Amino acid sequence: MSNFEATSISLDEIRSTAREMYDGGWRLVTQTAVDRGDKRFELLYHYDKDLVEKHFRVSFTQGTIVPSISDIYFAALLVENENRDLFGLEYDGLVLDFNRSFYLEEAGDPMTAPFCKISTFTKPKVEV
Amino acid sequence: MTRSIIPFGPQHPVLPEPLHLKLALEDETVVEAVPALGYVHRGLEGLATRRDYSQMVYVVERVCGICSCIHAMCYCNCIEKLMSIEVPRRAQFLRVIWSELHRAHSHLLWLGLFADSFGFESLFMALWRVRERVMDINEATAGNRVIVSTNIIGGVRRDLSREQMNSILKDIAIMEKELKNLYDTMMNDYSVKKRTVGKGVLSKEQAHALGAAGPTLRGSGWAQDARQLAYEAFDELNFAPVVETDGDCYSRTKVRFREVFQSFDLVRQAIGKIPEGELAAKVKGNPEGEITFRVEQPRGELFYYVRCDGSNFPERVRIRTPTFANIPPLLAILPGAQLADVPVITLTIDPCISCTER
Repeated sequence: MSNFEATSISLDEIRSTAREMYDGGWRLVTQTAVDRGDKRFELLYHYDKDLVEKHFRVSFTQGTIVPSISDIYFAALLVENENRDLFGLEYDGLVLDFNRSFYLEEAGDPMTAPFCKISTFTKPKVEV
Repeated sequence: MTRSIIPFGPQHPVLPEPLHLKLALEDETVVEAVPALGYVHRGLEGLATRRDYSQMVYVVERVCGICSCIHAMCYCNCIEKLMSIEVPRRAQFLRVIWSELHRAHSHLLWLGLFADSFGFESLFMALWRVRERVMDINEATAGNRVIVSTNIIGGVRRDLSREQMNSILKDIAIMEKELKNLYDTMMNDYSVKKRTVGKGVLSKEQAHALGAAGPTLRGSGWAQDARQLAYEAFDELNFAPVVETDGDCYSRTKVRFREVFQSFDLVRQAIGKIPEGELAAKVKGNPEGEITFRVEQPRGELFYYVRCDGSNFPERVRIRTPTFANIPPLLAILPGAQLADVPVITLTIDPCISCTER
């Protein structure tokens, strides 16, 4: 059975929490964006100190601008740009904004997954 | 002074994978480095939501070619914990044996490539010759040299006979002897020291603040290794994280070389303590809930977040690989370096771009 626990925080608390964690000597492991459907998203912040993990959860709807923590934790730079590419999330205050060309062609259309649909198919059997 | 921008990669003689850095230079000195990724992004996290949770083992094995079985081990642990599956003890020891063999061959691969990056061709070939012996063990025990597909949800699909274990022990003894000579050659060589000592220094504070992982973190003085979490059979094995304190390219090289010996020691301990028993537990039903799990990959801490809703398909699989964590430290240590040192410094984070982009 999982003993995963994440503390729920509001959008306004993201930066103050990150600052508190940074000052307390916690390392940012990563962020996880979760598409909960119906235009609802969750963003999890994972921190670590001496191999102990701490998680924070923020819930919001599509189109909400999320405050970036990349000026506090430079390591957040990559994951926030990745979330911009793959989940269409918007961040305010990114220290280096790739403008949705982090993984994607600079000249191409921005792929705003999950709106970009991935599909798999099975080839029909060909009778010989 | 006028700045010039030059591309480093994605095609470069020292890079086995397509990493692209845009380097801003003043004369021959780097003043800024900006990464440009996306050459091998495959959308594997997206694919996770469209594959049965047991099929995903094969997908995560292909996140990284070099440490395939460690990805699978981490993912399996997530599902097993969510489903309260008790993995047989023998299977846990077998997972440790294959994962430590993976670490050894990954580090030997890197050490060879690193020697090649500053033109030490004979050392490159000598290190890869030793690595071949590990690849032969993989092939003999798992059927494949690189994608060692031994992990399944609930345990492992292959066993090791006593003869196979004895043969591994014999090979390890030979490799240790060969590597001892190569260690002295590499770490005391004038040219190697000239190219690595004092280059690309990552301070202890920087390493922590920038979220470094694995040998990049331990080379800067942090004794943190995810194996200390005592997953699988590591609770019964004695080891201490390999730590160096200078934070330069030489330190990171030394950490990796010493970790090869440590991996051989862990394999020897695991073979000495492995109990008899089943290889896998029965799996029934579907996983539900959310979980995080961390293991130590050759390049550092590998982090998985898995969320399942009780159906066949995971709702979200998030994979944070160690190279993803080590790119911000790389961007911090490149400014101030000479252009000629960029390939050497970049290689010392052991970049795995296939992992990073997934």
